[in-house]
Amino acid sequence: MKKHVRYAGGFVVLAVLMAVMLYWNVNTGSVHLSLKRIAQLLRFGNDGSLEGNILWKIRLSRMLGTVVLGGGLSIAGFLLQTFFKNPIAGPFVLGISSGSRLFVGFFMLATAPIAMGNFSPYAIFIAAFAGALLSMALVLAVSSRVQNLAMLLVIGMMIGYICDAGTNFMITFAESNQLRNFTIWSMGSFSGITWPTLAATAVITLPTVAVVFFLSKPLEAYLLGENYAKSMGVNIRNFRLALIILSSVLAACVVAFAGPISFVGIAVPHITRLLFKTSRPMVLIPATFLTGGVFCLLCDLIARTAFAPVELSISTVTSVLGAPVVIWLMIKRRKGA
Amino acid sequence: MMYFETKDLSVGYNGRPLIEHIDIGIHKGGILCLIGPNGSGKSTILRSITRHLAKLGGVVTIDGKDLSGMNNREMAKQVSVVLTDRVDPELLTCWEVVSAGRYPYTNHFGRLSEEDEAVVAQSMEQVNALELRDRRFSQLSDGQKQRILLARALCQQPEVMVLDEPTSYLDIRHKIELLSILRELAVKRQLSVVLSLHEVDLAVKLADVVVLVKGSAIFRCGAPEDVLDEETLRTLYDIHDGTFDLLLGSVELCGAAGESRVFVVPGAGRGAPCFRSLQKRGIPFSAGILQPGDVDSAVARTLAARTFESEPFSPPSGQVIKSALAAVRTARCVVDAGSPLGPYNRENLTLLQEADKAGVPALCLRAKPPEGLGAVRCFDTVRELMDAAAELCPAREKK
Repeated sequence: MKKHVRYAGGFVVLAVLMAVMLYWNVNTGSVHLSLKRIAQLLRFGNDGSLEGNILWKIRLSRMLGTVVLGGGLSIAGFLLQTFFKNPIAGPFVLGISSGSRLFVGFFMLATAPIAMGNFSPYAIFIAAFAGALLSMALVLAVSSRVQNLAMLLVIGMMIGYICDAGTNFMITFAESNQLRNFTIWSMGSFSGITWPTLAATAVITLPTVAVVFFLSKPLEAYLLGENYAKSMGVNIRNFRLALIILSSVLAACVVAFAGPISFVGIAVPHITRLLFKTSRPMVLIPATFLTGGVFCLLCDLIARTAFAPVELSISTVTSVLGAPVVIWLMIKRRKGA
Repeated sequence: MMYFETKDLSVGYNGRPLIEHIDIGIHKGGILCLIGPNGSGKSTILRSITRHLAKLGGVVTIDGKDLSGMNNREMAKQVSVVLTDRVDPELLTCWEVVSAGRYPYTNHFGRLSEEDEAVVAQSMEQVNALELRDRRFSQLSDGQKQRILLARALCQQPEVMVLDEPTSYLDIRHKIELLSILRELAVKRQLSVVLSLHEVDLAVKLADVVVLVKGSAIFRCGAPEDVLDEETLRTLYDIHDGTFDLLLGSVELCGAAGESRVFVVPGAGRGAPCFRSLQKRGIPFSAGILQPGDVDSAVARTLAARTFESEPFSPPSGQVIKSALAAVRTARCVVDAGSPLGPYNRENLTLLQEADKAGVPALCLRAKPPEGLGAVRCFDTVRELMDAAAELCPAREKK
């Protein structure tokens, strides 16, 4: 019973934080919006005023996109950590994000003359997904040969570097007018999220997260290790395949619409575990999603306001906040071993 | 027909058979134990039974039903496991780890019904671990972890439980505890247990059937008292430098080689500590006169360079006494291990007297020397006595 109180408390804290961050985000910027004005605009729609345009055309879609993508990215990290039994696994560390970036880059630069800057969000996602799956396959192929956590991360990083080299190669030889879109995107930012991309994000991410939630039971069994999970009746082959596809979908979706974002995938699941003091996937999955949303709202807020009017790339902020978490985890792990 | 049975099972990796023609079985509520040297394939057999490894041929059945025909969930209700895998379930509590065993019984979200919770609690109670329920698994000691993993396997309510070397890493107390629980489960719950053990002595005391695994086939299989003898064990484990006493379940290292320099007069278990002490110091010794079946006799057989024994429950023959007396006379010193001297071993007193006569120094592990002996030195502890003995006959002769 004590546990349920803790879980409920955790979700209340997250809900409050989410509300605070949403209000703070919607209100921060060159134009101030009062609570009353926001309520009015939300209720009656865009009335064509400056405030209405800012809320409906810029801030609202960006905020919601941030929540969905931040949550999705965190869940991807959670899945990869479970899959590899490695506390610092995440889409960025394992080179999955870089693989996506390479493919999106190739797609954007190759189709730039035809698309004239208008890319279908779904097409970008498919390119990103293909890239994610390919680098995931590479990581898996190599990791089946080395049963070592540290080696896995080194391999992931190397694959990441190779993909980045490919991306940079394309940038070097691309024409400058094609580059603008790509450069902005590849910096990583939630600023590009519009209503159509938000729709695509939600359509891809939310059902995927729901499927992950439905896998809570095998995920919990998997915590005891693959062999125990198998002995309890988990179909390991299908389950592993599901984990790979789901985490790739989530990671790819983020890369497609916000660019590569570092450290969120690693840090957020751990922050959530600390907050809820449990490893039960049934609790952690929704909690991680919410924490990811809150965390990214905070990071986006800092990115927008720290050096306003200049906006920082989102990874600048997530790295500064997330990297210490990883260092702390490594130290804690060393102590535990 | 056995309750659990393998017929012509062959197991191995990558399609290459490691062990073939495995025909083993155990009745309901029985314990079957695989023993054999490291790398002999015990785990491979167990992993093939639990379907963690694809078997290369043959059939495994429980109550006549073929396991390979079952889906994952049916299989999980029949067989549960305790593996050698390191388990690191992050922040899960013991209760959560144990209740994971309800997996094949719960609904899609793994919700525990009241009945499930009762089974979990009962399983934890059976391994005496109910008080650990809210502790984090990762914070437990090895012994506690193993009990929790056993409870998890139990909670799966299997017909057969398979355990791969469940006593590794456990200290002696926890080994005994774990195996007692298994025995109790077998008897009370009619659980059939298939396990592998490193400790032959424990296997003898625990199992109804032992299976000796060595080479490409089952070496021997049957009730421990029928199958296991010292010679079999020597062959099974390729033991050259030491022995394993099945009756006592104790291991003795090889004795010091060479010409005997000390003569020990043992009896009633007093000799064994002296033998071991001499063996550790590398001093070869003879021992006599021993009664067969005495613990000292069992230990001396391995450690002593030469032994003098009587027939069971009879006084020693004249021939034995004569050669023992000769050995005493040529020894550098005689050790009296301090066994009680009575009508049935009065020859031992004769030996000590002979030493006295021949001028061989006698060292005595008694408060005061036996009657009729003059020049003997008495010691309170084996260590003090052996220090004196070592001075009289150093392990390596000074040149």
